[in-house]
Amino acid sequence: MKSCLVVDDSRVIRKVARRILEDLRFQIDEAADGLEALNACRRTMPDAILLDWNMPVMSGIEFLRQLRREEGGERPVVVFCTTENDVDHITEALKAGANEYIMKPFDGEIIQSKFSEVGLI
Amino acid sequence: MNALPDHEFQFIAREIRARSGLVLTPDKSYLLETRLAPIARKEGFASVLELISAVRVRRDDRLLWVIADALTTNETFFFRDKTPFDQFRDLVVPDLMKARPPGARLRIWCAACSSGQEPYSLAMLVQELRAVGKIGDVEIVATDISDRVMEKARAGLYSQFEVQRGLPVQMLVKHFEKAGDLWRLSERIRSMVRFQRHNLLEDARVLGKFDIVYCRNVLIYFEGDAKRRTLEMIAGTMAEDGVLFLGAAETTLGITDAFASSPDRRGLYRRVAGWRRAA
Repeated sequence: MKSCLVVDDSRVIRKVARRILEDLRFQIDEAADGLEALNACRRTMPDAILLDWNMPVMSGIEFLRQLRREEGGERPVVVFCTTENDVDHITEALKAGANEYIMKPFDGEIIQSKFSEVGLI
Repeated sequence: MNALPDHEFQFIAREIRARSGLVLTPDKSYLLETRLAPIARKEGFASVLELISAVRVRRDDRLLWVIADALTTNETFFFRDKTPFDQFRDLVVPDLMKARPPGARLRIWCAACSSGQEPYSLAMLVQELRAVGKIGDVEIVATDISDRVMEKARAGLYSQFEVQRGLPVQMLVKHFEKAGDLWRLSERIRSMVRFQRHNLLEDARVLGKFDIVYCRNVLIYFEGDAKRRTLEMIAGTMAEDGVLFLGAAETTLGITDAFASSPDRRGLYRRVAGWRRAA
C-alpha cells in the first residue's frame, strides 16, 4: 500500500482528499501547513504528497523547495492541489520540483487522472 | 419525467437511428430527458414530451437533426485511455515511417472526434515526434456528425475541468494559455487539425486515403449492420497497411473480415491487405 501525505490548512479539503485517496488504496497522513508537513516527512518519507499552496506558517512552495533539499526528499511524488490556476504559478511549481498540478475545485476523477499520470496508480 | 408514450419513443428512436446510427433502447430513455430538456426549453416547449410530439406531427427535419446532435454527443478527454496514444507514438508511427518512402505524408482520421480532445492529443504527440525528427509531414482530419461540438473543437477552448482530465500539466503549460476561466489551445496545435462535418453512415471516400484511423467509442452505439457498414467504409478509406484504433469495448471480430486484431494489443486493428468490400 502506498502512502500519501495530504497537506492543506482546510480540514474539509483534507477530509475530501482523504476519502478519495483511501478509495484509491492510499494510506493517508495529514498536515495542516508546510512546517507540519516537513516534520512528517522527516519522520517518514511518504510515496506521494498532495500539496496546497497558500497555508499559514509555511506555504506549499516553500515546503517543496525545502523538501527537495532534504535527504530522501527527492523521492516523494508531489502533486500540487491549489486554487492558484495561472501559468506562472504552475511553472513556478514545476521548477521547484512538483510532478503534477491540480487546480481546485477538484473531484475524484481529476485526482485519479493526475495520480495515474505520474505513475502512482 | 413522465414516461414517454410508446409510440412517441418508437418514433424518436427510429428517426435518430436513421440519422446517426444511434440505437436508442428503452433503458436509455433517461438520455431523452437529460439531453433534450435544454432543447425543449430553448425551442419554447413545456416538456420533452411536447417537443417530441410536435416534431412527430410537424415532421420537423431541422429539430430532428438538433435532437440527433444532442443525443450523439459523448464526453471525451485528452489522451483518453492513454494506450492508443502510446501505441501511436511507440509502434504505429515508427512502423509506418519505415514502410513509407522518405517525405511521404501520413494521413490520420479521427472519426467522431467530438469536442476535439482526441485529434488535438495526437497533434501534440506529432509535434513532439517532429521535434526529434521521428515523423515527417502529417495531416490530421477530424470529423463529427455534430456541428455544435465541432464549433467547440475548432475554437480550442476548454474548461479547467477538461484540461485536467488526461492532460499532463507539462503539456498544459506548453500548449495552452489562459483565456478568462478557460484554457485556449495554441494556434500552432489547432492549425494541425482540419475539422470537417461527416456522418459515419455516409460515404467516407471524399475524405481521401488514411494511414491511421481512430474511431473509438462510437460503434458501441450502433446496431449490427451499421457497425459492419461503418467498419467497411473505414476500411475502404485506408491504406493497405493502415491501422485502426477502436474503443476498449469494441471489436471487428464477427462483424467484418476487413480487419485483423493484434493479439497482444487490445483496440488496435490492422487492415487486411487485399480485402475488398463486397459489391
